[in-house]
Amino acid sequence: MGLLSKKDAKLITDPLADNNPITIQVLGICSALAITAELKASLVMGIAVLFVLGVGNVVISLMRNIIPSKIRIIVQLIVVAALVIIVDQVLKAFAYELSKTLSVFVGLIITNCIIMGRFEAFALGNGPWKSFLDGIGNALGYAVILLIVGFFRELLGSGTLFGIPVLGDPIEKTGVYSIGYENNGFMLMPPMALIVVGLIIWVQRSRNKALIED
Amino acid sequence: MGLKEKLHKFKEKNKDKKWIPAFNAIHTFLYLPNETTHGGTHIKVADDLKRTMNTVIMALVPCLIFGMYNAGYQHYLALGEIDAAHGFLGASFWTLDNLIIGLWKVLPLVVVSYGVGLAVEFVFAIIKGHEVEEGYLVTGMLVPLIVPVDIPLWMLAVAVIFGVVIGKEVFGGTGMNILNPALTIRAFLFFAYPTWMSGDKVWVHGAVERDQMIADGASLDAISGETILGSYAQNNSVIYDYWDMFWGLIPGSVGETSKFLIIIGALFLIFTKIGSWRIIVSTLIGALTMGLIFNGVVDAGWITESSKFYGLMNVPFWQHLIIGSILFGAVYMATDPVTASQTNKGKWIYGFLIGFISIMIRVFNPAYPEGVFLAILLMNVFAPTIDHYVIQGNVKKRMKRLKVKTA
Repeated sequence: MGLLSKKDAKLITDPLADNNPITIQVLGICSALAITAELKASLVMGIAVLFVLGVGNVVISLMRNIIPSKIRIIVQLIVVAALVIIVDQVLKAFAYELSKTLSVFVGLIITNCIIMGRFEAFALGNGPWKSFLDGIGNALGYAVILLIVGFFRELLGSGTLFGIPVLGDPIEKTGVYSIGYENNGFMLMPPMALIVVGLIIWVQRSRNKALIED
Repeated sequence: MGLKEKLHKFKEKNKDKKWIPAFNAIHTFLYLPNETTHGGTHIKVADDLKRTMNTVIMALVPCLIFGMYNAGYQHYLALGEIDAAHGFLGASFWTLDNLIIGLWKVLPLVVVSYGVGLAVEFVFAIIKGHEVEEGYLVTGMLVPLIVPVDIPLWMLAVAVIFGVVIGKEVFGGTGMNILNPALTIRAFLFFAYPTWMSGDKVWVHGAVERDQMIADGASLDAISGETILGSYAQNNSVIYDYWDMFWGLIPGSVGETSKFLIIIGALFLIFTKIGSWRIIVSTLIGALTMGLIFNGVVDAGWITESSKFYGLMNVPFWQHLIIGSILFGAVYMATDPVTASQTNKGKWIYGFLIGFISIMIRVFNPAYPEGVFLAILLMNVFAPTIDHYVIQGNVKKRMKRLKVKTA
């Protein structure tokens, strides 16, 4: 990569795999379980977090030298809240149906541990460019897991991908439904999302033994 | 050289091969292993895991055979081709026709359950490089008994894979699981394919199929068989008498209908000391207590007939034991030594809460007409906590005694 130095590139690629915010740090689980029943919602959530974390990290990084450390949490919260409100209003204006599906979870991005975690752990101690890359990397790591979970949950739970039927029509009994296949209702429930995340963690750690902690 | 020596030689020769656990598993079924313990203390007992498991299976076989006859009986009864059999030895029950339907529908369930479950166990044993564990022997037998007779086989297969992998193998295999694998399988089926696990069609063989044929334009009468709990939950009248419920001549999951045979199985398990009588008794006490409380609420007039809970609350408390699967759960599921409480005091608490919560779910949540499996899974999770506090309580008591003595 010519654009990024090796060290900078690592800021983006690390959270995608070996330091993934969901599967390794186990942060942001709540929203990962709640909104991944549909791929579309997962994607929008991923983009929303990408925006909030990318911009937020830069803002915090720029202010890092003027924030009194005693009230830094409040400052961080205000920054996240402002960004989340922007996302929320944009969704309400341009994708009302989707914003209803995501309901409170857009607002709850504020409480997403990944965001506060990155502010605290990275943006407060690094320059804006590095913080931006770190924010993008972590948000992408979050989005990737959301998309994987959303893919399996929507495919097996509703037989669709992005709302498009791919397995046939369950009522007219076409496609795989004609041979007796049925959608798995359990997949649409949050417990199954937890199990899918668990399976991803399992696969990841059995491929890379160094990730297994005692 | 006999077969026995040949097999031992074969094992010796291939002991480094990856697939040897699979061979060993089959081998130990045929012959006693020729290995002996090296060093340490030796205790000679005739009892091992395999024998324990086989004892439970023996206790389950009557339920399975009865379930086969019942599958055919419910089918022909719903079609109106036979008269209701009155009593356990009713003429229209133990017939060859009934058995044929039963074999045709129930045997595939058994085969799929064992085939898929053992395949998963073998795969895990080979990957992890340990011996195949016997844990699935009982689970494989329990699974066909706790599902509706018409459940599609592929669903059962998916559920078995899920149950064995998520319910057991991820925790480290037999003996390490938190949840009862058989109930994990049932819970999966229940939440994944609710239309096949509840309602008034699935309990009688052929009812779903017939509905499909009617929908396609065939001029047939629809048949159905609502479970007793289902009827009560909808405040419908129940057409079965108490003896039908006790003998098991009612629709329900394959093996849980005959309370009579379950009691015989329970006595067998208690006599052989495989099942814990404390858990069985305390579960039943818990169920009766909750039933009595609900009866009290009705007697006190706090609830009127217009309430949707009235039907189930008004069931005489003792009748809760012969409807639904509380007895089956108490005898075969709650007593699972791995997932139950280990301490004697803990067993009383564990069992009591299972019974108590089962009836609570049964009455208060019409969407879950049978709460026994949920109650047992819930208490499975709490069993280690109960044990912890029982042990801590005991430690405290002894510390106190020590202080009094030394003071």
